[in-house]
Amino acid sequence: MPHKTKAHIADIEQRLLLDAIYHQYHYDFRAYAQASLKRRLQSALTQFSCKTLSQLQDRVLHEPAVFTGLLQYLTVQVSDMFRDPSYFLALRNEVVPILRTYPSIKVWVAGCSTGEEVYSLAILLHEEGLLDRTLIYATDINPHALRAAEQGVFDLDRVAAFTENHARAGGRSSLSDYYTARYGRVVFDKALREHMVFSDHSLATDSVFAEVHLISCRNVLIYFERDLQNRALGLFHDALVHRGFLGLGSKESLRFSAQAEHFDDFVLEDRVYRKKAGR
Amino acid sequence: MNASAANASNTPAGGPGGPYQAIVIGGSSGAIDVLNVLLPRLPVGLRAAVIVLLHLPRDRRSLLVDIFRTRCALPVQEAEDQQLIQSGHLYFAPPDYHLLIDNGPRLALSVDAPLHFSRPSIDVLFESAADGYGDKLVGVLLSGANDDGAAGLAAIHAAGGYTIVQDPASASMPTMPEAALARFSGQTPAPHVLTPDAIAARFIQLHAQRLL
Repeated sequence: MPHKTKAHIADIEQRLLLDAIYHQYHYDFRAYAQASLKRRLQSALTQFSCKTLSQLQDRVLHEPAVFTGLLQYLTVQVSDMFRDPSYFLALRNEVVPILRTYPSIKVWVAGCSTGEEVYSLAILLHEEGLLDRTLIYATDINPHALRAAEQGVFDLDRVAAFTENHARAGGRSSLSDYYTARYGRVVFDKALREHMVFSDHSLATDSVFAEVHLISCRNVLIYFERDLQNRALGLFHDALVHRGFLGLGSKESLRFSAQAEHFDDFVLEDRVYRKKAGR
Repeated sequence: MNASAANASNTPAGGPGGPYQAIVIGGSSGAIDVLNVLLPRLPVGLRAAVIVLLHLPRDRRSLLVDIFRTRCALPVQEAEDQQLIQSGHLYFAPPDYHLLIDNGPRLALSVDAPLHFSRPSIDVLFESAADGYGDKLVGVLLSGANDDGAAGLAAIHAAGGYTIVQDPASASMPTMPEAALARFSGQTPAPHVLTPDAIAARFIQLHAQRLL
């Protein structure tokens, strides 16, 4: 079969599979960036011993366990604690002084995956003396990732990199103060978890659930097409308090979005934005 | 199967394909010297977009845009997520993100796991570009010390694109071009094997033939 025809059929199959997933399981990947999704689906084919996405669709519809497995391929992101240390430094130096003026603080980590960023923020806020009056909402669409995040357990061999990032992020304490190591893993302190609420939430289909002072959503929007990016940014705008803060990934930007006019650049080089006064 | 689809996909690599809408260039160690030969010679009025991916240190800002902006006739920028690809523009992949070609055609970034210990990975860019552009694509693989890009170049070739591998004898790190060529041993048509100067000359020739 000519290459072009094969590629065309693969595109059709991908659309049909995403439709099937939406109608049966109510997860909406239809407005995700399709090229990345395609790579992940190709590796899922091998995992589930399917030759084509049509075969995979059949299994997904008739075997819920296959869908659960596929969800891991489609959604799990591995991040590092304090990834992009300068982002956390910007939060610490520029955003924390303003958060400090609030009697109670709410933070939303949207698309928290397995929780690296949630623990990073909790530790930063603890170091700045704000954690006691802070609640962090950590949301994701993947229930397995949320459960892992809630447990706060990471592989020990990742901790050296976390520790280095933490120091470069202006850490005022030792990262080892916050975890205990055993059997090749580290478990983060339960006291941090008392300030976290983990919850299932989709930026594609759900609405705003709380009013928050800071939203951190990094390297999530790059998996969305432009319309879905705009939807998510609209949710963020609605969820933020007057003059609240939004942090994005280092290669994400409001520049081309419909929401650009509703935010000011706050620390532009670290992608920290601030909701404009007014609406 | 309709006849026109079959014809389009049977264009042999190296044959009279095109016009090409994009050139993707991948490389690793030793490749920046080649870019220095190639990119400044790309002519104004080039119809294809040029997308360049080098393996770079992940924790530093890339200086490629600063370096080449002053040396190139084409507009030079770092690739941004969801940006529509413009013909005659030169884009560099940012460090620590994969770069893909998505519908539009647009540029798309991802933080999926490294491939061949590399993020960005040449395979990720080349395979998505082969999907997006089919036989309207030129793929160029340069000097490098691992085998990233070999599978991607094969995907471009299979889609009917025009493939060029830097002559390993001219590469300061021949591993990458050799790994790509090993996939084609005995196959015809094979990718064009060219020195940096010859690659630049080929671009100019294809442009003169209104294929680039």
